[in-house]
Amino acid sequence: MKFVDEFRDPDLGRIVATQIVATVEPGRHYKVMEVCGGHTHTIYKYGVDDLLPPNVELVHGPGCPVCVIPMGRVDDAIAIARRPGVVFTCFGDMLRVPGGTETLLDAKAQGADVRMVYSPLDALRIARENADREVVFLAIGFETTAPSTALTLVRAKRERLANFSVMCNHVMILPPLRALLESPDLRLDGFIGPGHVCTVIGARPFEFVAADYGKPVVISGFEPLDVLQSVHMVLRQVAEGRCEVENQYTRVVPPEGNPAALRVMQEVFALRPHFEWRGLGFISHSALKLSEGYADFDAERRYEVPGVRVADPKACQCGEVLKGVIKPWECKVFGTACTPERPIGTCMVSSEGACAAYYNYGRFSRGEKRLAAAE
Amino acid sequence: MTPSEQEVLDRLELRRRKPAKFRDSRVTMAHGAGGKASLSLVEGLIAPALGIAELDDAARVDGLALTTDSFVVKPIRFPGGSIGELAVNGTVNDLAVSGARALALTLSLVLEEGLPAEDLRAEVEAVAAAAEAAGVAVVGGDTKVVERGRCDSMYVCTTGIGRVDGRARLSPSSLQPGDRVLVSGSIGDHGVAIMLARGEFELGAPVESDTRSLWPAVDALLDAAGDSLRCLRDATRGGVATVLNELARSSGLAMVVREARVPVQAAVAGACEILGIDPMYVANEGKLVAVVAPAAAERALDALRAVPGCEEAAEIGEVIAEPPGMVLAETAFGGRRVVDTLVGDPLPRIC
Repeated sequence: MKFVDEFRDPDLGRIVATQIVATVEPGRHYKVMEVCGGHTHTIYKYGVDDLLPPNVELVHGPGCPVCVIPMGRVDDAIAIARRPGVVFTCFGDMLRVPGGTETLLDAKAQGADVRMVYSPLDALRIARENADREVVFLAIGFETTAPSTALTLVRAKRERLANFSVMCNHVMILPPLRALLESPDLRLDGFIGPGHVCTVIGARPFEFVAADYGKPVVISGFEPLDVLQSVHMVLRQVAEGRCEVENQYTRVVPPEGNPAALRVMQEVFALRPHFEWRGLGFISHSALKLSEGYADFDAERRYEVPGVRVADPKACQCGEVLKGVIKPWECKVFGTACTPERPIGTCMVSSEGACAAYYNYGRFSRGEKRLAAAE
Repeated sequence: MTPSEQEVLDRLELRRRKPAKFRDSRVTMAHGAGGKASLSLVEGLIAPALGIAELDDAARVDGLALTTDSFVVKPIRFPGGSIGELAVNGTVNDLAVSGARALALTLSLVLEEGLPAEDLRAEVEAVAAAAEAAGVAVVGGDTKVVERGRCDSMYVCTTGIGRVDGRARLSPSSLQPGDRVLVSGSIGDHGVAIMLARGEFELGAPVESDTRSLWPAVDALLDAAGDSLRCLRDATRGGVATVLNELARSSGLAMVVREARVPVQAAVAGACEILGIDPMYVANEGKLVAVVAPAAAERALDALRAVPGCEEAAEIGEVIAEPPGMVLAETAFGGRRVVDTLVGDPLPRIC
């Protein structure tokens, strides 16, 4: 595949790996956090870890949109999905996320009309084709997917589609990142920044990480070579005593982001005063709701939902995994009570979740891996 | 003290080796997807209830091989084939990978009220043509009709018997470390063809289903490798990855796949890339996985490539001893990862 295979070239990978070895001090341990779940997925799927020296550790961050949805919100979604006449649409990952007692997939098996879509525009099409049904789209995601929800709503309003609404769960990456940086129990040498979020908001909003907290940030693409090169760029900043926001993903991320996307988000969304994040608790000004101009399309206003906060199961350590405090395998229920077949925590559901990525791709002897890397 | 990563992994593998349990309160679409949920249904409920000790593509009864399969694919016609053709080839192939040449099939049709006669006629003709091409007779059957909306156009069930070939000594328990893993051609064609035919994605690509009888491929392999041919599987639901996991599990050995060697058509790779699906998990309807002793691997591969439709056959990996029951991939990027069985499938009703 043109423009993809180039970024998966094993020979170039080996060259960057050699450069990394030459950049790090042998006796020092380095911890670099990839903020975005997309990067976590890439790292495990391609075995990027195998090309790193043993003293460079990648720590998984909070940027998995499915992982941060709290159980109470899933219950609200199920309550809407169960209403007669409703066609409930969402991305595939959300189907298996456990609520307080069940998942959307369970509700579907019991007769709720729950449909998987690949784009909010698919949900809009279903609404157009089923005028006698009420179609609800469960919107999730960071700034990456928020513009597509916003555009869909602009279109729905223009077409006066009265049978369409959105349950908005869009969140923003900077507030949890700031919370993470404030936390005293984390020791990190730098960050791999979320490339796709930055296509929308640009690289500049990350400058506070370098300026106020003294941590290097490299905005990164999602192919294995992108991630490996970004790790090298972070380590080079550390080695040279620099601390700034660098953009590895220049082929996609402009410094100012995407002004058109930001404008439509501004029009369609408003800031929530606070929002609960799975495992992280309430974070102020961290999520979006529909603005007054789009109130008619707000599923939370249209339908009565329980709106009850459901405490995370006691054994679940999703919060610590999302903060990078523990590795997936260090969670008490990892792989035993919590598996991809029967997930307790959200991190085990989404392909971008650290636990699912480690369980599905990374679950074998590290000792062997190190040997293979040394060959 | 917290246990080490290795201790956690060891404990986990021990758990995973236990037979799957069926604990769900309802059947979901995941139970039909050929992954872990399907396994729990078969291994955890049906096989123990019926006292079926060994699960294989076909059962052995008095020197004969017997198998049955239902087809619920949506849509019933798709580029490269249709439900009728699939129903014949699917059963013929289950027999073929058990080392048996199909002798006869029966055919059951469940039809939806209102189905256009021309659609039915086309599918009956497709059954006849596929049976002729595969050299098998359709000797009986049954028809039922249900109210409109109670079934989607038509469902087809075929049952087949075959005679086990004298050259075949096929069993996953004969696998040895060092054995080579072959696939009979490019993978993922059928699943992607169906997905595109549904028109749910605004993607167009010239991908056709690979539905075909695998007996000629099996015949060539048996000729070339004889009893060096350890085991065969047709890589239908769940794709090549699922088949390799089944073999690793039942042999107690491990597999390593060299990702760069796995043949995937460019259009299939592109569609999978866009949709975030791994072609290793996408269904095939005319591709087999063969495990061959190393000395016979090259001979087997040459024989396979001479069979029409198998020109792209390739050696994609080998059997290793550790870690037992697991499939690993050497990624094209130069790293390694686990290739696990999926829980469900993002593409239901593929066959």
